[in-house]
Amino acid sequence: MLGKTASGIFWLFRYLERAENIARLIETGHRFTLTRNSGRQDEWRSILAALGMDAAYRATHQDYNAAQVVDYLLRDKRNAGNLRNLIDSTRKNARTTRTAITRELWEAVNECWISVNDALKRQVREADLPATIDLIERQTAMVRGALENTMLRNDGYNFSRVGNFIERADSMARLLDVKYYVLLPSVSFVGSSLDNIQWETILRSTSAYSAYRWLYPGRASALGIAEFLILDRRFPRSLAFCYGKLTDNLRHLAMSYGAQSESLAEAERIYARFASRTAASILEDGLHEFLIEFLSQNRNLASLVEQEYRFNS
Amino acid sequence: MVSKPPCFDEMLKEDGSPRAAYAAYHKWFAEQDSTHLKQKARDAEEFFRRTGITFAVYGEDEAEERLIPFDIIPRIVTSREWTKLSRGIEQRVRAINAFLQDIYHRQEIVRAGRLPVELLEKNDAFVSQMIGFTPPGGVYTHIVGIDLVRTGPDDFVVLEDNARTPSGVSYMLENRETMMNMFPELFSNIRVRNVSDYPKNLRASLSRVAPPACKGDPVVAVLTPGIHNSAYFEHAFLADQMGAELVEGQDIRIVDGRVAMRTTQGYQPIDVLYRRLDDDYLDPLIFRPDSVLGIPGIFDLYRAGRITIANAPGTGIADDKAIYSYMPDIVEFYTGEKPILKNVDTWRCSEKDSLAYVLEHLPELVVKEVHGSGGYGMLVGPAASKRELADFRAKLIAKPANYIAQPTLALSTIPVFANSGLAPRHVDLRPFVLVSPDKIDITPGGLTRVALRKGSLVVNSSQGGGTKDSWVIDDD
Repeated sequence: MLGKTASGIFWLFRYLERAENIARLIETGHRFTLTRNSGRQDEWRSILAALGMDAAYRATHQDYNAAQVVDYLLRDKRNAGNLRNLIDSTRKNARTTRTAITRELWEAVNECWISVNDALKRQVREADLPATIDLIERQTAMVRGALENTMLRNDGYNFSRVGNFIERADSMARLLDVKYYVLLPSVSFVGSSLDNIQWETILRSTSAYSAYRWLYPGRASALGIAEFLILDRRFPRSLAFCYGKLTDNLRHLAMSYGAQSESLAEAERIYARFASRTAASILEDGLHEFLIEFLSQNRNLASLVEQEYRFNS
Repeated sequence: MVSKPPCFDEMLKEDGSPRAAYAAYHKWFAEQDSTHLKQKARDAEEFFRRTGITFAVYGEDEAEERLIPFDIIPRIVTSREWTKLSRGIEQRVRAINAFLQDIYHRQEIVRAGRLPVELLEKNDAFVSQMIGFTPPGGVYTHIVGIDLVRTGPDDFVVLEDNARTPSGVSYMLENRETMMNMFPELFSNIRVRNVSDYPKNLRASLSRVAPPACKGDPVVAVLTPGIHNSAYFEHAFLADQMGAELVEGQDIRIVDGRVAMRTTQGYQPIDVLYRRLDDDYLDPLIFRPDSVLGIPGIFDLYRAGRITIANAPGTGIADDKAIYSYMPDIVEFYTGEKPILKNVDTWRCSEKDSLAYVLEHLPELVVKEVHGSGGYGMLVGPAASKRELADFRAKLIAKPANYIAQPTLALSTIPVFANSGLAPRHVDLRPFVLVSPDKIDITPGGLTRVALRKGSLVVNSSQGGGTKDSWVIDDD
């Protein structure tokens, strides 16, 4: 497989994952707006911060008016990382990797691009927002379905998974870092209840709401949530889960190429550290510090993969 | 109702009854409900959009992807007609390869006084670096597209030879897929010859011209100028269908005396490069020094037998419009046979008497640039305004050698499915030919292009043309 092709598949799924994260964050923010009378602007602000877009947003906007933020995230030309552009980049990468992805996967990406572009031609009215988010989530799910159902489990598949989980781990860690102040006050008295709204928001924006409720009915504690989102290997967006998948796929790559892999060794090192930690120790030592370090390790892993598999040179 | 066709209509006779080739199709068509067919036509468009079969058009700021309009009425040729056609095509393609071998070696045709030497020496498409070199297997044009028009029941005429990097084969293949998807019952009832083996045959054909340096199974790659090229879809499609890598200049480097592509496991040598890039861009050391699309140094390795380039550099000389007028002589010179396919009468404006004739009869003629393609820079006399005629007259006087002129042909028509029913439109046909050292393989059918505007003779997609599925059916 060409290095360029591996890079294309890797980025295809990074962009797709990123687009899905934006859709989910908009859904959560909007829900927050509908159910709470205060703190709405703060909520949009923290969403922008979790996406690393707050500074750029403030350069062009006065306040965190919901309609403006939503448009900024979905399609505003001043925001290069808007969802529409991400879907566009997803498709561009699919076009350049047409020889390594199945027809079904290509068509799912193309259809996703066509319908998301149609839906985002004009600013989305609030009345149409839920249906639009729903459309985006369905279309991206079709892409994932096509990958799962039709792709050969070869190096191409491994690169798609590596891109996917590096992006997912990155966005989970960013979100936790933006929201860590919510978890903080209760650290000193472990076991106390958190503010309902706040924990609900975190769980919803990571698609963890129902899963968490099944596991911990009626209880939401800082410790429980941190444990769940960082360390629980059953939850498909937790950092530990992401690194489980990353090590699996990097191991597969190293085995099929019959070569030692530096990126595999690095992923395994990061993964092993999750096993040695508890949520309590992470919160005690400082969640923010933990997340900052993790984000930098995760970025480093991405560039190791890029070099090792000759994405660009 | 069908209006009386002004030219030879391939589907309908003057009395409105179908010709033999269309008998079964016409019967089926007459039984269809037009609302249902209109829905099918929309479905076909949706099918193309969903599968991403598009070409890029460059406007002021950003590229736009467009669909080539597809017409649901097929072009049908009987196998009797096809047999004759394909014999003519094979003869012509054989002659083109012999011609290329000759002009880059002893130039017997010039020595014999059958071709003026200036046509070679002063021609940009003549690549002097090819002199004295024979490509692997002696094949110059691995892939050829011959543009034909029909003017009567037995009259197929060659309008143009495409010996560089003919495009459109992906449309030939996808048009058929679309038709089988839309109208499976037609294919159950009518025996249409299969086209879907083209990618497999292309790969096999390219594998047979591996260079001496190749060890084992030849590694084939398709070289594209990149995602912004208007034919990118086709490049990706062919690479995918052949199981070849799709590479750009930036993926390639010369490693240990081989042209190699950067893979996830390091650089891997390429044996056969199917390039969809013009000669000018291929090797910046030899051609355009500013090209970033090509591979510096590839030409030396090519001449050293370390890679095969398909088509060979310098084949453009064979489809040059100034050479075109000599094709009947070329065919006869190399095959010793009379040409089976006709050429269009051509006036070379470089010749004084011809120029005088052309200037006098400009409103009746089609004038083409010698090096132009894609329907750009041409004048269709009968459709041109006074002003356009005057402009072209000035261009002709200024640079006569840049132009050739041909009579306006009465191109055949085939009905398209229009809102009002069947409407005759002019068509051409581009069959695709694969050349190997030991055989010439012609896919039955080809790409039919259709001028969608009433009366228009220009079928190019860049000028608003559409396409049709093209059938060769077995005679009863």
